[in-house]
Amino acid sequence: MSTLHVPTMAEMMAQGQTPDILFWVGCSGSFDDRAKKITKALVRILNECQVNFAVLGAEESCTGDPAKRAGNEFTFQMQAMMNIQVLDGYEVKKIVTACPHCFNTLKNEYPELGGKYEVIHHTQLIQELINSGKLKIKEGGVFKGKKITFHDPCYLGRANDVYEAPRALIEKLDAELVEMKRCKTTGLCCGAGGAQMFKEAEKGNKEVNVERTEDALETEATIIATGCPFCNTMMTDGVKNFNKEHEIQVLDVAELIANAAEL
Amino acid sequence: MVAAIIFSVMLIAGFGWFGINILKIRSNILLGRDIDRKDKPGQRWKTMALVALGQKKMFARPIPALLHLGIYVAFVITQVELIEIITDGIRGSHRIFMSSLGGLYTLAISIIEVLSVAALIATIAFLTRRNILKLPRFKKPEMKGFPTFDANLILVMELILVTCIFTMNGADEALYLKGASHASHEAGSFGFAISSWVGPHLFGGFSVETLHILERIGWWGHWVMVLAFLNYLPYSKHFHILLAFPNTYYSNLEKKGKFTNMEAVTNEVKLMLDPTADPYAAPVADATPQRFGAKDVNDLTWKNLMDAYTCTECGRCTSSCPANITGKKLSPRKIMMDTRDRLVEYADGKRKNGKDYEDGKSLLGDYITEEEVWACTSCNACVQECPVNIDPLAIIVDLRRYLVMEESKMPTELTGMLTNIENNGAPWQFSPADRGNWIHED
Repeated sequence: MSTLHVPTMAEMMAQGQTPDILFWVGCSGSFDDRAKKITKALVRILNECQVNFAVLGAEESCTGDPAKRAGNEFTFQMQAMMNIQVLDGYEVKKIVTACPHCFNTLKNEYPELGGKYEVIHHTQLIQELINSGKLKIKEGGVFKGKKITFHDPCYLGRANDVYEAPRALIEKLDAELVEMKRCKTTGLCCGAGGAQMFKEAEKGNKEVNVERTEDALETEATIIATGCPFCNTMMTDGVKNFNKEHEIQVLDVAELIANAAEL
Repeated sequence: MVAAIIFSVMLIAGFGWFGINILKIRSNILLGRDIDRKDKPGQRWKTMALVALGQKKMFARPIPALLHLGIYVAFVITQVELIEIITDGIRGSHRIFMSSLGGLYTLAISIIEVLSVAALIATIAFLTRRNILKLPRFKKPEMKGFPTFDANLILVMELILVTCIFTMNGADEALYLKGASHASHEAGSFGFAISSWVGPHLFGGFSVETLHILERIGWWGHWVMVLAFLNYLPYSKHFHILLAFPNTYYSNLEKKGKFTNMEAVTNEVKLMLDPTADPYAAPVADATPQRFGAKDVNDLTWKNLMDAYTCTECGRCTSSCPANITGKKLSPRKIMMDTRDRLVEYADGKRKNGKDYEDGKSLLGDYITEEEVWACTSCNACVQECPVNIDPLAIIVDLRRYLVMEESKMPTELTGMLTNIENNGAPWQFSPADRGNWIHED
């Protein structure tokens, strides 16, 4: 477990090497204790498949997504321009990230500021690895017969029309994928987007994550799969709100796959 | 002869007034900032064909979609009949296309009649949904007063119009059976799908004189309703029947997650980051001082304003909004209604009192509160739901931009978050040097 191989861009450059893909870890993935587990699950998958990747390490900085959603274009563009300088300095061509917010910003909002990269979500990369035979999942693994529901992150689904990759992965698990009544294009937000993650909710009669967790509970799934560190936090809190944390797990798709592949 | 003159005056006045109102709305929309939506015409025509003409997004909710389709198709096809009404009205003739079109005429009117029945059923169903079943999305606070009256009035007008059509055709059928229709000197039947039944059953007992009066009431009633409807449109949410087409044509074709880039900011940020930049250099020629974000309607783009006029207040956006579902004040429909109401007030003020007139009011503050603006999760559910591709999120984001960049007004936690990003490159207070620590932790 402790033998993660995570080269940084700087280290690789010093050795005259160029990675095929940059793993953009994101602020959650770097600093949040729960999200770090998702980061490591993804690294284990990348290591297993011998993907030639690197991270920026201390040279990575916030993409500026929460600043832009909060309405501060200055802070966003400052972050974006600085990140683009770093990315272009390393001649990055392809980026993978486990955060749909980073994914959306890097993919859609950096090009107009000069940062043009091929950006994919980690569920898309894992799907490629499985389809190309580099990653193998044993039949009848730990998730066999379990009910799993997938919560669509807004910035992956509606914002970028990625609905199938995470579902295709869950279907590899020999598990039963059950959909919530609101899913895919009609999926309900976890409540964290648009910089809500960083503030108290406005006055209302319910928390959004509680409303969404009810959707998940209705499916009687024992695992709520997510593809976003913010959604993960919100759904985990939602499950705790119903005192169901011992019955229901909230796991990122990368964690599901890493567990199923016994990594 | 007198009738033909009255008819022609009504025609000119009705269409003329409508034309004046259309130009007024056009000039109101053009008060918005410019935005380029002329690229990719192929994709734009396709979007319009699917979303406006084909009603693709309506079918996310099949029952109202089918009912709506009934009214929509009936409305479009009935316009064919209008050609004859206008021709007859000006010339003083009666069913002028009957003899020349023959069987095709019977078919055309029969289709119109069948669709009119479908529209009648749909209208009654819609009135029931609004007033008896009281669907929650029609009962939200922003629907109080005129919006509810507006919706019901349109439906009642539909009922009157359909009644007129069947009175006109039914009475004429009854006259034809008696050999007294102006369409023919002999006795016979038009053979229209519905009125060949309605005629004898509902109107068979009336005298020829009464039937002639009833037929005229139906015919003139139909014509008056057409003009009334036409001229009510520009004051009503029902204007969507026209604007749905340009509004979907000018849709945002980018990924929904992509927020617009603010070029004015880009220029400033480039200057800040460029060590060789001359801070005293003359500004770029076309760098007109622009407000960051939107405080009032004239800060929005013309597409935002067209969106506002296109909104038919169906409330699908609001019923799918996570903030609204959980009791927050935000309602994307209200954002659109407020934008339109403020635009009308703003433009009327300028029209009455001159171009430089300021009424001291603004969209943000007088119509939309900060609380609403900050409740949005930017999840795009409202954008996804809208059957005519309206984008309430774009307006919300521009209002936020104004609050943050012009007035530094935002929830305190967000100030902290932004400071953290600026100081340490993360929304939380972590040292940038520690970003890679996870690599070596267990």
